[in-house]
Amino acid sequence: MARIGPQEVLELASLARLQLTTEEVARMTDDLAAILDYVDALRTLDTTDVEPMTHAVPFDCPLRVDRVAPSLSAEEALANAPRRTESFFEVPRIVPVAGAPEDDT
Amino acid sequence: MIDVRGLTALAVADGVRVGKWRARDVVEPYLDRIAQLDGALGCYLRVDADGARRQADAVDAACKGGRDPGPLAGIPLGIKDIFCTRGVETTCASKILRGFVPPYESTVTARLGAAGAVALGKLNMDEFAMGSSTENSAFQPTRNPWSPAHVPGGSSGGSAAAVAASLCAGATGTDTGGSIRQPAALCGVVGVKPTYGRVSRYGVIAFASSLDHPGPFGRTVEDAAALLEVMSGLDPLDATSIPQPVGGYRQAARSGREGLAGVRLGVPQEYFQPGMDPEVETAVRAAIDELARAGAQIVPVSLPHTKYAIATYYLICTAEASSNLARYDGVRYGHRAEQVRSLEELYTHTRGEGFGAEPKRRIMLGAYVLRAGYYEAYYGKALRARRKIADDFSAAFAACDAIVTPTSPVPAFKFGERTADPLAMYLADVYTVAPDLAGIPALSQPCGLTRAGLPIGLQTIGPALGEEICFRVAGAFEARTDWHTRLPPEPAL
Amino acid sequence: MSVADYEVVIGLEVHVQLATRSKIFSWSSAAFGGEPNTHTDPVCLGLPGTLPVLNRAAVDSAVRLGLAAGCTIRRRCRFARKHFFYPDLPKGFQISQFDEPICDGGAIKFRLHGEPHEVALTRIHLEEDTGKNIHAAAGVSFVDYNRAGVPLCEIVSEPNIRSAEEAAEYVRAVRSLVRYLGIGDGNMEEGSLRCDANVSLRVRGAAAYGTKAEIKNMNSFKNVRDAIEHEVKRQATLLDRGERVAQETRLWDPARGVTQSMRSKESAHDYRYFPEPDLPPLVVTEQQLTDFRAALPELPEDRFARYTGPGGLTPQDAGVLIADHEIAGYFDAVVAAGAPPKRAANWVINEVLARVSHIPDLAFDNPGLEVGPSALAELINLIEDGTLSGKLAKDVFARMWTERRTAGDLVKAEGLAQVSDGAALEEICKRIVAAHPEEAARVQSSPKLIGFFVGAVMKETGGKGNPKAINDILKRLLGS
Ligand SMILES: [Mg+2]
Ligand SMILES: [Zn+2]
Repeated sequence: MARIGPQEVLELASLARLQLTTEEVARMTDDLAAILDYVDALRTLDTTDVEPMTHAVPFDCPLRVDRVAPSLSAEEALANAPRRTESFFEVPRIVPVAGAPEDDT
Repeated sequence: MIDVRGLTALAVADGVRVGKWRARDVVEPYLDRIAQLDGALGCYLRVDADGARRQADAVDAACKGGRDPGPLAGIPLGIKDIFCTRGVETTCASKILRGFVPPYESTVTARLGAAGAVALGKLNMDEFAMGSSTENSAFQPTRNPWSPAHVPGGSSGGSAAAVAASLCAGATGTDTGGSIRQPAALCGVVGVKPTYGRVSRYGVIAFASSLDHPGPFGRTVEDAAALLEVMSGLDPLDATSIPQPVGGYRQAARSGREGLAGVRLGVPQEYFQPGMDPEVETAVRAAIDELARAGAQIVPVSLPHTKYAIATYYLICTAEASSNLARYDGVRYGHRAEQVRSLEELYTHTRGEGFGAEPKRRIMLGAYVLRAGYYEAYYGKALRARRKIADDFSAAFAACDAIVTPTSPVPAFKFGERTADPLAMYLADVYTVAPDLAGIPALSQPCGLTRAGLPIGLQTIGPALGEEICFRVAGAFEARTDWHTRLPPEPAL
Repeated sequence: MSVADYEVVIGLEVHVQLATRSKIFSWSSAAFGGEPNTHTDPVCLGLPGTLPVLNRAAVDSAVRLGLAAGCTIRRRCRFARKHFFYPDLPKGFQISQFDEPICDGGAIKFRLHGEPHEVALTRIHLEEDTGKNIHAAAGVSFVDYNRAGVPLCEIVSEPNIRSAEEAAEYVRAVRSLVRYLGIGDGNMEEGSLRCDANVSLRVRGAAAYGTKAEIKNMNSFKNVRDAIEHEVKRQATLLDRGERVAQETRLWDPARGVTQSMRSKESAHDYRYFPEPDLPPLVVTEQQLTDFRAALPELPEDRFARYTGPGGLTPQDAGVLIADHEIAGYFDAVVAAGAPPKRAANWVINEVLARVSHIPDLAFDNPGLEVGPSALAELINLIEDGTLSGKLAKDVFARMWTERRTAGDLVKAEGLAQVSDGAALEEICKRIVAAHPEEAARVQSSPKLIGFFVGAVMKETGGKGNPKAINDILKRLLGS
């Protein structure tokens, strides 16, 4: 069942920021199609009026007291950074162009 | 030198606490065994010999100074590489986290350390805990100590194999769809997945947040109970951590020796279906008979939505995984692609190079099911199905105190046997995923060996916060059988 | 067609940073600024295995804001993950709220052209802020995560705003409310209050909305007004030409006075929202709502009504005073210390506000303030009882400000008390009239000359003569 094709796989890969080789795209297309067919079994299950179960715990969100504890030092924060400049994390220059969100909060 | 082969964790701690031996005297033979045998088994990704010696010496210093060294004094543990350990590289068996040294400690390992346990090193696993054979590790395979041609199960395959092979006296693991219980079954050790939230997830690298359950591996039921008692409890760093007091798990395990009078054990027919290995079925049915002889009343129960469990599980876990794995971008830690010309390439190349096939598959599927327009049909549907699966258990527990089933429909399979077909691998979790979806405790313990000498696991499932009944039933079975005393052959040197 | 032929449709999203001590989900400092990457912890850096724990103070702030804006507070709400990739977003998702925000509905009230006005809200939700990208030269950008995880309230208006001016006033009112509640400092320049505008046009009378553009990067009220004004003209021009408005995000460039396309929204976003599994549902109890409601301060529009009541201030003066709760609080304290409200308003608006560069310095408990409310009240009362002339009072105030002395002290030490003694003034007046016979003769024909005599007498008294008394005496002496 051709419910998902290579084009859609490429779109998903772009959404998920995954570079896939041509072979990976082909394999992924087949795998996703098979898995989606399998999970289709769920369609036969009547879930009318069933509350979605988003958590396995029955309690409400606990809240923390607004207290400041020591921060990491800049050195600790940057210790694992693959690239840094002084006390900043470094990334390739961000050009705000099509497709690149700027401050999407 | 102490022969640590087959030694239980509590025997180690008791010996240290009464001064029979020093923690250091126990750690050294384990380090020696690892050095000699782990090349063939591949359980450890990293051995922290210096750290282990330091911790053992601290325990010995406490004893010498008359201070309480803790209930787990000197117990050498293996730590699944999904637990963050301060100052010790933690990779989740993924290339994308290579070189990552956490500046913080997971709550579980912090508690174990504070109780006197000694961490020997970090154990192999399926990359990001995604898999049922440990074949998805980016670094190495782990062999089943009972047969080097067979997988140890997964994703906590390194943990199960290391305990089975006496390369540690106990271990930590995580169970999202069966990743503690299934490898425990396939390696012939005890593995416990507690109630969701009973053990803090802080510092445990997330795979599927609403399903991830950290838990212990032990050689015996009481060993696992002792570890779980220490690992459990409210953690202010985990908003899903349960505030109720921790139960007396060791006591519950010991109480099983007195038999199971008054205990009703449910047997769900849905867990004995075609596709199950006949040797597994025979062994599990025999185990249930043994539990009946221990005084339990066996009652048939039904879990009618079992057939939806795998589909439900894969929709939820992939959605959450695709989200949890979005942070691996080569900016703050881990692998970063070289020579990228743009931000876009930084992301796509780093992630394309850093993730293995299974994480990629799950990220893609997760992105698919969460997309606007697909959400209700897939993720939303799965959350509703999850409720129905959880309700099955609630209904069943009205008629019984615990449920007993096989842990895995098959014993350990051979390397490569299921890797070609991801669905076939997913089906290995058919008996273990439902308790994860429901968030209820479940335990696997050895209950037999196939003719080929591969372990078979018995699963006991309890209601929410019903760890004690699981330990009691498992303790009863262990007291009446000797499967837990069987040891795999020593690997050829 | 012209701009007037179109109906302007504006909806605003305002992000307010909440002034908590620590971050919304972790313990590092939420303070503004700091050396790069020194206000971080493993959670806000999104390190593997870390988990969010919700800050009670952020929840309390959101609930108070919601109550003040008349929203319905959800007794049970949920957090959700919003996914997008950007270097300043550590986890690849922002913990926000989606289909179950903490506050629904409500409205922001303010006055437009002197008339009471309100803009309906869609919702207010809680979320975490991102870090900051710094666009360096030489092919790289830098990231500072100090801001990552600072709590935000996102206030989403209904698309009911009809002009750039209304939009700017709305933002001003939001800022005022936030500051009244003490939940944030609302500083647009520092980014603790940020505004995005969705702008579209439709021909008057049309039912369907036009295609909207989202405008970002407006960091002052003036920017909000200018940017939207420009965008309205731009869209009107496009529509007049029969062209399409693209659905896109546009950045306001204040230097050039134009909005510029940043990216097209069509190509972008599928945020793949789903409920945050690490945070159980957030519950707000009825008791908490009752307590918060009871503890709400007097809000700007209530204050306005009080000030402009019968015999009260002009709407203009009241409007200036309520703009900031510190100004209004200062004014109230001056009145409480016995000064008549209208005079107090004049002094606060014309003298105090002219000298204070940082409004929060007016806080009633600021001991460092140059002239506090009771000191100003003392000055006003010296004028009221005739001790001090209005003219001298301004100088006295200036000296109070710079020398930090009280009005009473200055008046006594410098002998500034007004001369109202009739005999002494009469003597001076007679002398001045005698010295200027020509002018005295012409007073009858040109009555304005009386001013010349008043000035001369005033000069003789060193400015301390009571002008009214001098006037009366001179009029009698000159027979005018
Ligand atoms: Mg928004
Ligand atoms: Zn926002």
